[in-house]
Amino acid sequence: MEKFTTLSSRAIPLEVENVDTDQIIPARFLKATDKKGFGDHVFRDWRYHENGKINDEFILNDSTYSGSILIAGNNFGCGSSREHAAWALAGYGFKVIVSSFFADIFRGNALNNGILPIQVSEVFLKTLLDKVSKIPQTQIEVNLEEQLISISDTSQSEKFEIDAYKKTCLINGYDDIDYLLSITNKIEAFEARKNN
Amino acid sequence: MGKTLFDKVWDSHVVDSVENGPQVLYIDQHLIHEVTSPQAFEELENRDIPVFRPRQIIATADHNTPTTNQDLPIKDELSKKQLEQLSTNCSKNNITLYELGHKYNGIVHVMAPELGITQPGMTMVCGDSHTSTHGAFGTIAFGIGTSQVAQVFASQCLLLPKPKSLRVNVNGCLKNGVLPKDVILYIISKLGTNSGTGYFCEYAGSVFETMSMEGRMTVCNMSIEMGARGGMIAPDEITFKYLKNRQFAPSGSDYKNKVAFWKTLASDKNAVFDKEYFFEAEDIEPMITYGTNPGMGIKISDNIPYESNSSFLKSLLYMNLNAGESLINKCVNYVFIGSCTNSRIEDFRVAAKYIKGRRKAENVTAWLVPGSKQVEAQIVEEGLKDVFESAGFKLRQPGCSACLAMNEDKIPKGEYCVSTSNRNFEGRQGPGSRTILASPLVAAATAVAGKIIDITKELETLELT
Ligand code: SF4
Repeated sequence: MEKFTTLSSRAIPLEVENVDTDQIIPARFLKATDKKGFGDHVFRDWRYHENGKINDEFILNDSTYSGSILIAGNNFGCGSSREHAAWALAGYGFKVIVSSFFADIFRGNALNNGILPIQVSEVFLKTLLDKVSKIPQTQIEVNLEEQLISISDTSQSEKFEIDAYKKTCLINGYDDIDYLLSITNKIEAFEARKNN
Repeated sequence: MGKTLFDKVWDSHVVDSVENGPQVLYIDQHLIHEVTSPQAFEELENRDIPVFRPRQIIATADHNTPTTNQDLPIKDELSKKQLEQLSTNCSKNNITLYELGHKYNGIVHVMAPELGITQPGMTMVCGDSHTSTHGAFGTIAFGIGTSQVAQVFASQCLLLPKPKSLRVNVNGCLKNGVLPKDVILYIISKLGTNSGTGYFCEYAGSVFETMSMEGRMTVCNMSIEMGARGGMIAPDEITFKYLKNRQFAPSGSDYKNKVAFWKTLASDKNAVFDKEYFFEAEDIEPMITYGTNPGMGIKISDNIPYESNSSFLKSLLYMNLNAGESLINKCVNYVFIGSCTNSRIEDFRVAAKYIKGRRKAENVTAWLVPGSKQVEAQIVEEGLKDVFESAGFKLRQPGCSACLAMNEDKIPKGEYCVSTSNRNFEGRQGPGSRTILASPLVAAATAVAGKIIDITKELETLELT
């Protein structure tokens, strides 16, 4: 996994609540047997009209906005547990997703794929959305070590929470499998106790 | 302080704790299917890690399978490839697979409980969010992402912070015709779709104590739709009886010992929950949804509420419905009875009871999709298939089908579908499809009338058991 420490980027404001993983990556794209190419299909049915034409009204198709940070409405990533949603967002180039609330499984999936989900207050989310919508060039700074997200050239910032273990994983670029394999002896001892 | 059912099962599966971090939870049973496993196998292969406990894994093919002509080669190239990949991965790693056509094949959350694989006090995972279904047995069961599937392959463990506890109590007597699906749709409509995030939910109270295992599975299945990782119901005599003589359930003296242990799992009287809600059974009526998340539900005879937020308006626009409008008499051309929420034998019994002596409306295309080969066989055995066929319905073969429309069972754009599945997201049943979630009874009534009818008017005279 790629390491993550700090990021400074423009952001894309997606003012929609309850974005579910069926929207992030529709089921018909789940037939692949590897992780490649999902970025092309992220938000497929919002990005394209049914006739295959680009939907100019969708924010990802608006060239005014760019960046590797997605700012979305409350309850992002609800619904299906498909990790393909995280692969699609990562494949498209997002490294940070900001929302006032994340669904459990999505949060885990994002972290396991090097995407940092940052949960901010409703108020700060609104500030971010307003600012970025009005001034698309706004730079957003993320500092994982300090657990801080801030709007460049302003004093506006907010601390965010992250599990200490997950933070260490992201900063060092290692994942849960590495950790679990390092405690195989403990797992075997547990099995032995359990079967007695 | 007393312990909750959840605490008892969770605590007995903790292998270790990471300082200031998650716990290492041991997983007893891992279920896999064709869609969320290939990349996990690939990950292990790339890193040269063997599957740690292949005997604790069971595989089935369900998400991507056709529901007609299952004996013929699969037409869709990608689906075919995915299923072949599953077979290859399972045989390479010595994992038991109930592939398409096998007598135990079915939707993962239907086949595992009916085979007695799901048992009280276990921890169980699957790369599918409706794994919460198995909580009906007093099992900690939850959906995981593909990275986690790989973790369980590699170590039979997961790294997780312990969720908080939530209890939902429903007491009293359900009215005739109010089914477990209505109970859970009602709860979600009251609590919203993220009230359970970060929590594991226990369902308690007389309504669940008297509910069948099938009904309990329907309820626990949809726990994820209120954001909870899983739902649980304390195992009791109904659970023990259900498990007796199932293929993989313990038998003989082993069964007796297990029952003695299972009886200890109920939440202690003085256990404290982080959150608790109370509802009355008498307040619940047949439910339907009108929007694009499962929390947007109303009593079938109610009108769509007024709200002004943009998500609500976007949702109604997608559904082509208006605030204040009633859904009664709305013409519906598609009906789907199936999915891991409502494709068990009881669901088809209820539907057949209603359909018997009536006919399917001309305008309706109805898909009746059993949850497993065993359910399919039982439908035939009990004569329900004849009831359906003489009313103009056709029975399809088992699979997830129109629940997520990965195979060819797709609802056309713009069409309403009254569906017994669990999600009414935009495009869930096919691009542009409009899903209305309901119980198998409401679905059957819609299929007969060709439109949504006010079933509450018939409830007193309906004979369902
Ligand atoms: S029936 Fe639907 S919800 Fe259930 S496992 Fe299949 S796709 Fe998922």
